[in-house]
Amino acid sequence: MTEVVLDDVHVRHGEREVLHGVSLRLTERRVAVIGANGSGKSTLARLLNGLIVPTSGRVLVDGLDTRRRGREVRRRVGFVFTDPDAQIIMPTVAEDVAYSLRRSGLSRAAVAARVAAELDRHGLADHADHPAHLLSGGQKQLLALTSVLVTAPRLVVADEPTTLLDLRNTRAVADRLAALDQHVVLVTHDLDLVSGFDRVLVVDGGRVVVDDVPAAAVPAYRRLMA
Amino acid sequence: MSPVHRLGAGTKLAALCVCSLALLAVRSPVGAGAAVVGVLGLYALARLGPRAVWSQVRPLRWFVPCVVAVQWATLGPLAACVLTTRLVALVALAGLVTATTPTSLLLAALERALGPLRRVGLDAERAALVLALAVRSVPVLTALAGTVRDAQRARGREHDVRAFAVPLVVGALRQADALGEALRARGLDD
Ligand SMILES: Nc1ncnc2c1ncn2[C@@H]1O[C@H](COP(=O)(O)OP(=O)(O)O)[C@@H](O)[C@H]1O
Ligand SMILES: [Mg+2]
Repeated sequence: MTEVVLDDVHVRHGEREVLHGVSLRLTERRVAVIGANGSGKSTLARLLNGLIVPTSGRVLVDGLDTRRRGREVRRRVGFVFTDPDAQIIMPTVAEDVAYSLRRSGLSRAAVAARVAAELDRHGLADHADHPAHLLSGGQKQLLALTSVLVTAPRLVVADEPTTLLDLRNTRAVADRLAALDQHVVLVTHDLDLVSGFDRVLVVDGGRVVVDDVPAAAVPAYRRLMA
Repeated sequence: MSPVHRLGAGTKLAALCVCSLALLAVRSPVGAGAAVVGVLGLYALARLGPRAVWSQVRPLRWFVPCVVAVQWATLGPLAACVLTTRLVALVALAGLVTATTPTSLLLAALERALGPLRRVGLDAERAALVLALAVRSVPVLTALAGTVRDAQRARGREHDVRAFAVPLVVGALRQADALGEALRARGLDD
């Protein structure tokens, strides 16, 4: 089990406070975060792997404080961004996945085997040696996800991973996320994706204003936006 | 697999260095012509056709006319042609190395080559990463430039340089920001 605790977290950018004291304890396997543009969803997501540290308050992942143990936290928490082009580092598909394992201490053959297995699992085996820029948007996002999963994180945080994708690719990425053994925190505008989740957080104006099961949280969000 | 493909990454990088230095010494039209013939010969040896050559030098297609114009005005037509030919040959040669070698092997070779410089404070792994990112950025920025140009066309401003440059630079900076964040998320910073 993975436990994320936010303890009275405030985040300020310059003069402006964008999160106003969020306290949460997340232990569910599937947690969704929804809310309007600019409400603070990405800020909340980035807190979970220490990309952003709180201006005040603390974030603990399995007891590790993201402020002091950022490196260990990031090893536990994989992060998928909205734009896969910004996340893919190496020019070809298999090389990008292998890059995640460069400090794993595995031999070159072991790395190649892990990479091949992971690419296969995500339907990218045929593209292993292709340049990453020739993949479709959906395949790029699957590659980004594969490069995160190959390091076996315990929690995967995905910040609007399907926002740039068409319907079919959205489905493909959502299906992969749904099939993961890992805990997932998914930020999304696609309310269809959250119906099977254990818990939905609605963020508005830098606060978590609703925290409930999808059947209750999604209608509450719709009313809020009406 | 052609002989060029089979050659070790380190060997190819070393050969590229030597050839680049030799190219820099070229001052005559004959030398420039010989360089072009040599580079095309290497492409042929790698069993790569004219299309492969074009895809390597294509990113220069806007840059070269500008360089020629400036050099023509300052150094005269002959020097402009020689210098530009040299530049294109150099890019084509570097492109040949990257086209025939997996990037990871190139980076490993580079890391080995830069290893001794650790003593003077150079982080070889980081230098190799920068190179990988540069290679990776070419298609990303090309796509960005395409998007910006389309948007410009849609608004009927295709000849406005500023309307092209400003969103391109802003987009590139935003991309760089996002990449930095992604690097940290993937633990490359630790
Ligand atoms: N680095 C930053 N500097 C200043 N303001 C920021 C920064 N990052 C986010 N913000 C502001 O914080 C607010 C919340 O942003 P964000 O978490 O990205 O929202 P969301 O992901 O819900 O759209 C927005 O108003 C945004 O403009
Ligand atoms: Mg966001």
